[in-house]
Formats: sequence, C-alpha cells, structure tokens
Amino acid sequence: MQDLIWLLPTYPVLGFLILVLTAGRLPKNIVAIIGAGSVGLSFLTAAIIATQFLSSGEDYFIREVWTWMAVGNFSPGFNFYLDGLSLVMMLVITGVGFLIHLYATGYMADDPSYSRFFSYMNLFIAAMLMLVLGDNLVVLYLGWEGVGLCSYLLIGFWYANPDNGYAARKAFVVTRIGDTAMALGLFLLFAELGTLNIQDMLNSAEAEWKVGDGLAVVAALLLLGGAVGKSAQLPLQTWLPDAMAGPTPISALIHAATMVTAGVYLIARTHILFELAPSVQELVGWVGLITLLMAGFIALTQSDIKRILAFSTMSQIGYMFLALGVGAWSAGIFHLMTHAFFKALLFLASGTVILSLHHEQNIFKMGALRQKLPVSFFSFLVGSLALTAFPYTSGYFSKDEILIAAHGLEGPGMIFFYGGVLGAFLTGIYTFRLFFIVFFGDSNAAHLPEKEYGGWNMNGPLIALIILSLIGGFFAVPLDPVFGQSEEHHVSGLLHTFMVATPLIGIAISFLIFYTKTIPVEKLMVSSFAQTLHKFWNSGWGFDWLYDRLIVFPFLWLARINRADVIDGFYALVVEISRAANGMIVKTQTGYLRWYALSVAAGLIVLITLGVLL
Amino acid sequence: MESIPVEHGLILAVILFSIGLIGVLTRRNIVFVLMSLEIMLNAGGLAFIVAASRWGHAEGQIMFLIILTLAAAEVAVGLGLILQMFRRYKTVDINVLSEMKG
Repeated sequence: MQDLIWLLPTYPVLGFLILVLTAGRLPKNIVAIIGAGSVGLSFLTAAIIATQFLSSGEDYFIREVWTWMAVGNFSPGFNFYLDGLSLVMMLVITGVGFLIHLYATGYMADDPSYSRFFSYMNLFIAAMLMLVLGDNLVVLYLGWEGVGLCSYLLIGFWYANPDNGYAARKAFVVTRIGDTAMALGLFLLFAELGTLNIQDMLNSAEAEWKVGDGLAVVAALLLLGGAVGKSAQLPLQTWLPDAMAGPTPISALIHAATMVTAGVYLIARTHILFELAPSVQELVGWVGLITLLMAGFIALTQSDIKRILAFSTMSQIGYMFLALGVGAWSAGIFHLMTHAFFKALLFLASGTVILSLHHEQNIFKMGALRQKLPVSFFSFLVGSLALTAFPYTSGYFSKDEILIAAHGLEGPGMIFFYGGVLGAFLTGIYTFRLFFIVFFGDSNAAHLPEKEYGGWNMNGPLIALIILSLIGGFFAVPLDPVFGQSEEHHVSGLLHTFMVATPLIGIAISFLIFYTKTIPVEKLMVSSFAQTLHKFWNSGWGFDWLYDRLIVFPFLWLARINRADVIDGFYALVVEISRAANGMIVKTQTGYLRWYALSVAAGLIVLITLGVLL
Repeated sequence: MESIPVEHGLILAVILFSIGLIGVLTRRNIVFVLMSLEIMLNAGGLAFIVAASRWGHAEGQIMFLIILTLAAAEVAVGLGLILQMFRRYKTVDINVLSEMKG
C-alpha cells in the first residue's frame, strides 16, 4: 500500500484535468464531487499510508517512480520520500485541504466560475503534495512554483476587479524575489555537493562542511530567502494581506494552512544545513521574532476581518520561524499543524460571517452576531482560544513548546522568549478585539443577516475543525526520527505561569476595552502620538510605502522615460527602411508587358556595355 | 564565288533584332507583339548562321534548327494564350492586361 503514495498527487491532478478539459460544462454538483472527492480520496490514501508507515516502525520510505531527466551525472528522479515530517505535512494538506474543499462547495455555490475554482484548488493540492513529498530539490522546486502559480491564479480569481489582479501580481512578484534566491541556493548546492537529492545532499554537506563554513552560510541564506518570500516574513511580507482579495476558502487553504507554511517546511527539511550555519539559524529566529511582533501590532489596528486574520497568520508563522531559529524543529512543525487547524477554522468561520452579511468585511459594520450566527460564533470562540494559546487547546501546547525551547537557548534566547511572550500578549488582545466587536456589543450592520449561511457541507468542516483545534495538541507527531531526539527543556513553575497568564491578560484587556468598554477606545486615541502610531501600524509599519518609494516608483519612472522604447527604435528603423525601399521598387511593377521587356533590354545593354568596357 | 562579308550579315541581324525589339516595345496589338518576337528570334538565328559559315562550323546551323523548333512551339503557345485573352477580354490590346501591378 505504501507503494501507492504516487496516487496522492495523482487524484487531484486528475480532478484538475477533468475540470479544465470540460471547461465548466459539467453541472455544479458533479464539479463538487470531482473537486472535493479527489482530495478526499487523497486524504483516505494518505491516512492508510500513514497508519501503515507508523506501524511499520521504519524511519523513512522511498518510492521511485521514474527518472525525470538524465543529463550527465545530474539525474533527478521523480521520487517520493516519506518520513515523519512529510507525513505530518501530507496529512495536514490532504486533511485540512479536504475540509476546505468541502466547505468551498457551499461557499462558492453561487459563483459562475465554480468549475474553474475547483480546478485551481485541485492543482494547488497536487503541487503542494509534490512539494512536501519530493525526495529531491528539483521536485520540491516544481511543487514550490506550482503552489505559487495556483496562489496567483486564486488571488486573482475574481479577475473582473482590477484590484484583485493587482493583489495577485503583487503576491507573485514579491514571492518571486524569494524564489530567485532559492533557485540560486539550489544551483549552489548542486555545484558544490553534486546532488540535489535532499538526504544525500544533507549527508554530504554534513561530511564536507564544518560548522560555520562560508558555503553553508551562503546556501542557508539563499534558502532562507525563498522561505521568507513564501511564508510572508520580513522583509517580503507585504503580499500576504493583499492576498486576502481571493475567495475566503483560498485564504484558509493557501494563505493560512498550507502554502505560506512551505517556508517553514523547507527550513525544517534542510535543517542540517541550517545547523551548519548557526549564524543564519539565529537570523531565522530574529526574522520570526520581528515579524511576529510587527504583525501583532498591525493586527491591533486593522478593521477588515480577513486582514486581521492575515496578519495573525504572519505572526503565527513568525512563531514557527522562531522555533526553527532556536532549533526546536519539532515544535515549529507542531505549531504548523495546530495553526493549520485553528487558522483554517477562523478563516472558514469568517467566510460564513462574510457571506451571511452579503460580503461585508469591515468588523465595525458587524456586531452582536452571536445569536444570529451561532455556528460561526462557536467556531470563532474555539479558534480564537486556540490562537491565543488558551490552556489545553491545540495552540497552547505548540506555542508552549516553542517558548520553552526559546527560553532554553543560550545567547539571544531570553530576547526570543520575552519577545514571544509579548507576541502572545498581543495575540490575546487583537484576537479577542475581533471576537468581541464582531459577536458582541451593538449591531452596526448595514444589513442584518436573516439567517446563517451554509448547509451541512459548510458546517461539517467547521465542526471537524473545531474538534481538531481542541484536541490537536494531543496528537503525537512522529518527528523524532527526522530531527533527532529533541532535548527536554524546562522552565520554572513561576515562569510557566507567567507564560500561560500573559495571553489571558491580553484577553482580559480586550474584554475591558471592547466588551464592557470600561476603558474607552476614544480616550486612548486622544493624543496625537496614539493617532500617529495607529496610522503607522494600520499601514503595516509603512512597508508598502517604503517599497513603493524604493522599488516601485523608480521602476515606473524608468518605464515612463523609456515609454518611446529606445531599443525598439532601432528595429522600428529597420522596418521603416524596408518599407521605404519597398515603396520605391513597387513603382516599377506597372503591370505593362512593354515595361518589363524594356527593363530586360536595358539591363542587357548595361551588362553588355560593362562587359565590353571592363 | 564571291562570299558576302561577315559584317554585312551581322549588321543585318542587328537591324532585324532592333526592329523586332522596337515592335515588342511599341506595339499594342498582341498579335503584332508576337510577330515582332518572331523577327527577333530570326535575327538571332541569322547571326548564328553567319557566324557558322564564317568559321565553317556546323553547330550554328544546328542552333538555327533548334531556334526554329522553339519558335514554332512558342507561336503555338502564344497563339493559344491570345485566343484565351480574346475570349475573356474581347480585345487584343496588351495594355488591358495590367492588373498585376505593385
């Protein structure tokens, strides 16, 4: 049965092909069955493979399918590699992916491009599975670019609105910067180590390079560039909030649960390389810390329900990077998994809210929705608690592990620890700010929802994700064979209480401000400093502003002065000369026979004269 | 027997050729154009014969026979085309056939 691992991406690819080739001519219920069913089949297969793999007790498993190409000693295979890490990723992708597909069958029900939507979704699942199951970096890169393409297609899914197209292009271009760095990293690794098979490469890297080797540092930096772009971390984070232009299931699937965590997977997969370059590994931690704090502050000021969740995603991926940076590989992947559960839950629940309010996304135009939208309310409650690491929800266990591991690290560990706790505090405030404003208080809705949107196919996934968000922390992830036995860290009981209590204090503050309104927001916003700060955070720390001035405007300026197109001018000249010559010669084509006879005679005379004279 | 000087023969050939060429260039009636062409061909033939008799070679005569045959074939095709043209345009004016201009 494990041999059938190639079926995993095959089902969604087949689904994609069927939906693309029928070009939207299939009825919607058949599209739904093909679209969600193919991913469901993948999940079933993945579940069976996972049980067999775990009961076999082996550390890893390779299935060779075919050799992709053979050029000299470069012959990447189209092979699948399954170990604890790819197992977790595979189950998250197919499992959460299936739930989101199921939800989308209801969410997108009124969309005219139903079939197109599911074809892209299926292609995405296939590419993502290639990314995590490939045994060499070429297959990984194929999946990497594949998910980037699907992300682009799905952000710009409602292409009639030019803003969506802009957001899609922005996401594509910004991640492309990271992808370029990553491709360079792959070239470097191949040139230095002669193989792109991940395990061989890591082994020979370990054998040939000593810790801190210059090449290892450069390679790790380049791979980090790719990870930062894909996972929306500093400094390539600006695309993620705009990516919310896509349909909400896309935000849940691609921009929360799976694709944006690909960077975390990449670093975890090549963790030996990062261990050889400790300075870069520490940089990973710093990137994560700064991003998680920045995104937390931004989320405090946003008013669009999906953008708040997007910044929260950025912040949570920051935690994963932090975990990777302190060497807590398993904790990072564990948080990836639990985050996939509760963030998918939050996004899907926000999807129900948005649909029930007829595509209203501004939280200040919602309010008092808890009775009208009970399923969303309960989903949000559980999701928010898990997100803020409320004790014994899934997020609590994973975040706990990360922070404790950060505490155990020498050097910057203390900064990482207290920064992470501060981030958790912010998480408590912004998450429950959203929660209280949307579901309590007075109704500010422009149009009140008559009823909650969604049937079993939308509520079922929500309930499944609620359960996963609650119990996900108790799953034992089989990561020890991949990363080695992680050393146990402990913190004192007092410190642990502090860690657990901090997000609760955040929730309490949020409660006082936004529920009981004991602390009025208006009073906080009186000073001009607070207003400036609010504006600054609301604009995402001015990064878009900065990048516009540093890159976009100079580029547009170049494009404008080159509007006449200097290089094209040369070719236009060639065209003009040919055309002028043609205009002259065409006059000799009179159509009169005598002209042709005369020119033959004249030509002959000229030739003979030349012959006689020379 | 007094032989005719070779120059006389060649000058006659040049005169005939020029008459034919002028005919081709100036005539509008396509039948006359064809006749002028015949004159040019014969001028060429004359030049061959004169040259052959001057140097006592037989190739010139053979060349003339080939030209004769060629002229016969050319007249056959040419007259056929003229008939077609007359059938379609009801005229033998060569200037009518000038649609194919650049």
